[in-house]
Amino acid sequence: MAEFLSLKDAVKTLINDGDTVALEGFTHLIPFAAGHEIIRQGKRDLTLIRMTPDLVYDQMIGAGCAKKLIFSWGGNPGVGSLHRMRDAVQSGWPQPLELVEHSHAAMANAYEAGAAGLPLAVLRGYIGSDLPMVNDQIKFIECPFTGERLAAVPSVRPDVTVIHAQRADRKGNVLVEGIVGVQKEAVLAAKRSIVTVEEIVDDLGASVNACVIPSWAITAIAVAERGAAPSYALGYYERNNAFYKEWDAIARDRELFQAWLQENVFEKGAA
Amino acid sequence: MTIEFTSSEMMSITAARALTNDMTCFVGIGLPSEAANLARLTHAPDITLIYESGTLQTAPDVLPLSIGDGELCSSALTTVSVPEMFRYWLQGGHISVGFLGTAQIDRYANLNTTLIGDYRNPKVRLPGGGGAPEIATNAKEVFITVKHSKRTFVKDVDFITTVGFGRDGKARDNVPNIGRGPTVVITDLCILKPDPETKELVVTSLHPGVTREQVIEATGWEIRFAEQLETTPEPTDEELTVLRELKARTDAHHAGN
Repeated sequence: MAEFLSLKDAVKTLINDGDTVALEGFTHLIPFAAGHEIIRQGKRDLTLIRMTPDLVYDQMIGAGCAKKLIFSWGGNPGVGSLHRMRDAVQSGWPQPLELVEHSHAAMANAYEAGAAGLPLAVLRGYIGSDLPMVNDQIKFIECPFTGERLAAVPSVRPDVTVIHAQRADRKGNVLVEGIVGVQKEAVLAAKRSIVTVEEIVDDLGASVNACVIPSWAITAIAVAERGAAPSYALGYYERNNAFYKEWDAIARDRELFQAWLQENVFEKGAA
Repeated sequence: MTIEFTSSEMMSITAARALTNDMTCFVGIGLPSEAANLARLTHAPDITLIYESGTLQTAPDVLPLSIGDGELCSSALTTVSVPEMFRYWLQGGHISVGFLGTAQIDRYANLNTTLIGDYRNPKVRLPGGGGAPEIATNAKEVFITVKHSKRTFVKDVDFITTVGFGRDGKARDNVPNIGRGPTVVITDLCILKPDPETKELVVTSLHPGVTREQVIEATGWEIRFAEQLETTPEPTDEELTVLRELKARTDAHHAGN
């Protein structure tokens, strides 16, 4: 059964320096509150996994939490580049960042294979792309039945997955609604998991085929109101598109970024 | 035609016209999304639009800023997980057109969204592949829309993120279960199509008022023109009005109004 913890205690007890950590949420339900708590606790040398690094990893990378990033699209959606990520890759600031780069299809397949307990995922992918030349985690295999050449990538098996969801019930069952991304797969693929939620309710109000993650498949649940902002939680609040645009200027400048971090992360405690 | 139009509007409207009512289109964010929704709001009301965030058959009232805006989900027939999107709907063969943008494109319509320069020592690091590498091979055909400039239209891309026809035009030959690849590229100056034999991009239509010299100047290789070079029809008043209203709604929405 999932344990109810404060976000501070969940991050403290479940995430260690050097861990492989996935904070998932495909443009929706991005676990920003948890990312900020990881920054505040000064976690270091993390291997970060995420299909779309988004602002949350830009912030964690800029704060010096990460040594390696496994990803498939690293931009500020609709706005431009992630400048903290770019600074780490191009100039090694605040520390060098190793990139392991995939396509979305490969990452999605790799999470699913992780959830399924398999060592690898197989897909019809990477044909004609240069990505296999720069990522030794991409191989090609021959289908034993048809002889077709198919791409293979290792499954994703994080030490810890962190996701944000709309709500949990008092037993710790979690409902994820809307764009569900790879969150269920990411939780099931991981050794440990933290789910932050907007609220805890008596009844999830889930329809029979809803995306519900049972309490016994989750390690810890922490309440984090507006925990996905400036991304959004369907049914609770909208995406703060204006902030996504403002981030471009903040992240371009190391000093502006550090001032932002001080004011908005370090000087604010976790709920 | 009574309304003046810009080259960007000409591009979006021409790109929209490439789509038809019976298509199932896997839509990239940015220019492709603008064109696809314009098509839906004008001549192709029943077109099926799919975004990689899992939203099937969506009909947003404003253009999404990100690939997973709430608007896409709320207005969709249904929303599936991202693994299901890529495995069942794309790889499973249900997509007729993949509609992509790019940072760099070369004469064989290979796309680079990874980096400028050397991979281990990049001059400019770009976002990466996202869904494009598999959209380009698993969709039955690919449309590309991108602004025309020498920086974008290069002889050989620095990095093939997403294959068009490879370094020699032959990357799709004898590969089983692969789509036809790029069939049209729409820019703010012209329409290009791959030569049926060599697969090299050839200009087939110039937008109104655009000269051959302008296209030559904005292209990083010795661009060829079709023998039967056409002039792209001008936007209609209706197309311009719908596009401008869509963009105004979108700007107001994303400014938080």
